[in-house]
Amino acid sequence: MSGAEVPLAYALVGMVVLVRALYALFVRPHLLHKLVAGNLAASGVFLVITYAPDGGPPDPVAQALVLTGIVVSVAVTAYGAALLARLNETSGKPYLEHDHEA
Amino acid sequence: MSGAVASWLLAAPVALPLGAGLIVPLLRRGRSLAALAAGAGVVAAALLLLAVRDPDGAMELAVGGWSPPLGIRWRADLLAITFLLSTAVIALTVALFAALHLPRAEPALAGRLWAPLLFLWSALNALYLSADVFNLYVTLELLTLAAVMLVTLEGERQALDGAMRYLLVALAGSTVYLLGVALLYHATGTLDLTLAAGAVPGAALALMTVGLMAKGALFPLHGWLPPAHAAAPAPGSALLSAVVVKSAFYILLRLWLEAAPDEHAGRMLLAACGTGAVLWGSLLALTQKRLKLLVAYSTVAQLGYLLLVFPLAVGSWSGPAYAGAVWLAVSHGLAKAAMFLAAGTVMHALGHDRIAELRGLAHHAPVTMLTLALAGVTLMGLPPSGGFVAKWLLLSAAFGTGQWFWALVLLAGGLLAAVYTFRVIGAGFGEAALARVPRRAPQWLAFALATAALLAGVVAELPLRQLQEAAP
Amino acid sequence: MTLQGALPLAILGSSLLPGLIIFFLAEPHRRGRTWLNMAGAVIKVLLVAGALLGVYHGATFEVAVPLVPDYPLLLRLDPLALLFVSLSAVLWLLTTVYAVGYLEGSPNRSRFFGFFSLCVSATVGIAMAGNLFTLFFFYEVLTLSTYPLVVHRETEQSLRAGRIYLAYVMTGSAVLLGAVVWLHALAGPFEFAVSGGAVDHLDAEHRPALLAIFLLMVGGFGVKAALVPMHRWLPAAMVAPAPVSALLHAVAVVKAGAFGIARTVYDVFGAELAHDLGGTTVLAAVAGFTIIYGSLRALQQDDLKRRLAYSTVSQLSYIVLGVSLVGPLATIGGLVHLVHQGIMKITLFFAAGNLAETLHLHKVSELDGVGRRMPWTMAAFTVAAFGMMSAPPLAGFVSEWFLGLGALEGDAPWALAVLLASSLLNAAYFLPVVYRGWFRPRRGPWHENLPRHRLETHPWLLLPPVITAGMVIALGLFAASVWSPLTWVRLIAAQEYPL
Repeated sequence: MSGAEVPLAYALVGMVVLVRALYALFVRPHLLHKLVAGNLAASGVFLVITYAPDGGPPDPVAQALVLTGIVVSVAVTAYGAALLARLNETSGKPYLEHDHEA
Repeated sequence: MSGAVASWLLAAPVALPLGAGLIVPLLRRGRSLAALAAGAGVVAAALLLLAVRDPDGAMELAVGGWSPPLGIRWRADLLAITFLLSTAVIALTVALFAALHLPRAEPALAGRLWAPLLFLWSALNALYLSADVFNLYVTLELLTLAAVMLVTLEGERQALDGAMRYLLVALAGSTVYLLGVALLYHATGTLDLTLAAGAVPGAALALMTVGLMAKGALFPLHGWLPPAHAAAPAPGSALLSAVVVKSAFYILLRLWLEAAPDEHAGRMLLAACGTGAVLWGSLLALTQKRLKLLVAYSTVAQLGYLLLVFPLAVGSWSGPAYAGAVWLAVSHGLAKAAMFLAAGTVMHALGHDRIAELRGLAHHAPVTMLTLALAGVTLMGLPPSGGFVAKWLLLSAAFGTGQWFWALVLLAGGLLAAVYTFRVIGAGFGEAALARVPRRAPQWLAFALATAALLAGVVAELPLRQLQEAAP
Repeated sequence: MTLQGALPLAILGSSLLPGLIIFFLAEPHRRGRTWLNMAGAVIKVLLVAGALLGVYHGATFEVAVPLVPDYPLLLRLDPLALLFVSLSAVLWLLTTVYAVGYLEGSPNRSRFFGFFSLCVSATVGIAMAGNLFTLFFFYEVLTLSTYPLVVHRETEQSLRAGRIYLAYVMTGSAVLLGAVVWLHALAGPFEFAVSGGAVDHLDAEHRPALLAIFLLMVGGFGVKAALVPMHRWLPAAMVAPAPVSALLHAVAVVKAGAFGIARTVYDVFGAELAHDLGGTTVLAAVAGFTIIYGSLRALQQDDLKRRLAYSTVSQLSYIVLGVSLVGPLATIGGLVHLVHQGIMKITLFFAAGNLAETLHLHKVSELDGVGRRMPWTMAAFTVAAFGMMSAPPLAGFVSEWFLGLGALEGDAPWALAVLLASSLLNAAYFLPVVYRGWFRPRRGPWHENLPRHRLETHPWLLLPPVITAGMVIALGLFAASVWSPLTWVRLIAAQEYPL
């Protein structure tokens, strides 16, 4: 039977990416790294969403979720980048206040 | 109730601010008028929704005619309408304040406030009306973006810093939340809250909760809130503290009380976080040197009270506990908005908001002083305010269910709130000249919000009874 | 809205509405403010007189405003309520007159009189409360409306006093709220019982909880009632202007605390249950200790107002002692002392205020020969002082007589000893003042603070203490008449201990 079977491996990889990216988001001081990490974390969740163990026709709901999520992620990352640029301009460094002082 | 009218009523709170928000950047003048007109429309729609509400069910609208699971369904039950209406009143008053206060106090950003404010309001209303977990995710994201925009308006280093911190925490939170949604979908095959009720896996619930706690500044994930709320312009802070952070609580209510009513273990943990919020937030509020930071930490503390509803809403006490928590959210929203608006006036009148140098406020800006005092009465949970009425209900539930330790938390929190409130009040006495004479109309608006919080303690019986009956 | 329901609301409104309006009056509108104050006070007295007549003829006045589901704001004029309401109304009228005279020329009078009126509204609300919810509601409003009066002068000392006041009173109210809600969790919503207690039907298994609640409640009320060791706010609050001290000590705050204790013992628990639980034994012991302690500390004070403050600490516990001893005679003594002590104390504070305001005299050691310069003021002080010493035929004697009898009736001879000792101590700290004022010659000139009047001081400062001193005499002489508070209190006691 034709069908989109998304193996468990994809979902597990997604989880690993998520966890690693979240860790990076909190730990790495450079703001651009944080933003990219946030983006990657979202991608990890998208992989988990698409997990489909038993084949059958593709699930439109899951696709809709991922598509919407991608749009949201793009928007947030874009805005974050603009904010980062302005912050860098104003303060001269792309770091949050206490991160840099630490 | 005619179906077409009902759909208009449900769509209006989202469409009106959204439409105005899209138009506003194109307008050179009259931005505030457009915003106020849209706002008035939202208030009217919310009032109508309340009037025509069906006590046994809820009004629904499938947006664009597409039905779930691919389409979005909006649902207006009593909880949604309560939040819609209280947010609308607060937002309209804040908008009016901004229209009157900002052109004089902060002319540079006066025009730039409107678009974020309107988008924020639209997203918030859409959130209240959402009936499924994914729609909640989308609206949460929109809300976050708009809120972050509000924080950045001042343009200074501190504002940008606070905004970035907010954005990153929110990003992390929403990602975790989304993971919870994914697990929920995989376990139950649906995203709808009503359909998934009772079958929500614990892991999904936990993930969503953690994500929401980050977005809602619920202890111990509250760190981003004080810098962000203190750095925003006064109307922005008012909205952020009064209604934006409560959106997370709203979703938690839906999740824990409606979708997963049998999960009891986690509830104690939530309330424990609430206790931490009350104690930690209040203690930090005591040590603040700036008024806006004090008020922001007070928000952290007051949100903790709301978390206490979860272990208290059991058995025959679920009605009173639920009603008390909702009413507390409403009263706190009114009072906190009043406080931040008053802080805005203080900033304008003195040029700073250092608590140690507030002398002369009682003499030269008595309306503002009184606003701070009256708002404080609600925060302390003293009569005749809405905060007191809510506190009474929550205390009754605490003693009634035998969980008297939460009662101690409520009472202790009230005392701590009294300490930091009267610290501010006491600082305003004495004679000193103000740098600028503040306009009177904005002060009266803030005063009106604080008075509304008091009125919420006097006209509460009918709404409370209805909330008790509607409790899940 | 029937007449029966409208009357309690009108009594409340007669000070609430003027108060709210006065807040919005700008400072210079002296006559408008005075007119509003006086009109409200007079109307209140008239309404209360009407209520007294009505209740005497068997009418009931009650109104319930729904506030929280199952817990309405209930105002009811039962005999005990009327006792407190009448005291408040009459003394408010006199204090208003006094305050207008005292504060002439001072800043922030609109603010003062606004909160002053709120304070009285809260007090009558406490008096008329028909259930614990309402009592607590107005009790807290009283706290909030008295704070601005305590800090009115806005000096560093006033602000400090305000902080101490809040610290004690807010803590007390948190304890009280917890206890009240706990009680309702056990017993459900209830109103104050007409005779007996509202919760005396609960099973024996709840006894330990009931005792704990009783102690927490009287403890919470006891902060305002200045029971030791929760009394420290009272001497500190003496920095407030004299009308505030007069109001706080004779009418509003301290009496509200004692009233709350009376309601708890008689109408919530019922005298019988309260005694069975053993709560009243503890209460009586604390009251006895407070009586002696207050009087001893009063002896040590040279500042006149502080001496009077400690005297209040002591005298208020007479009421608490009366309430905590078994039997109708003690009840009569305690409750009638609520009225008598209020009138005597307000006289003393009026007089002290006159001395301070007219001649800048604050300390006992400065009072030599003042009787020559201000004879009427000193006369009023003397009458009230002798009343406090329980000298017949003054008001204080009547209440102490019943308290003493009550102590014997309740098998508590130690209480009689405490009362006698306290009377001696009262003499010890009042007689020197009287002696100095009349019999010691003045050294050096007076520091005239006010412009000279034909009378010894401003007429509006002189009239109230003279009237209240007259009342002290009349209440003692005509105690047996059908119009006296004593007769009214006998009625209350008869209801509480039906034969």
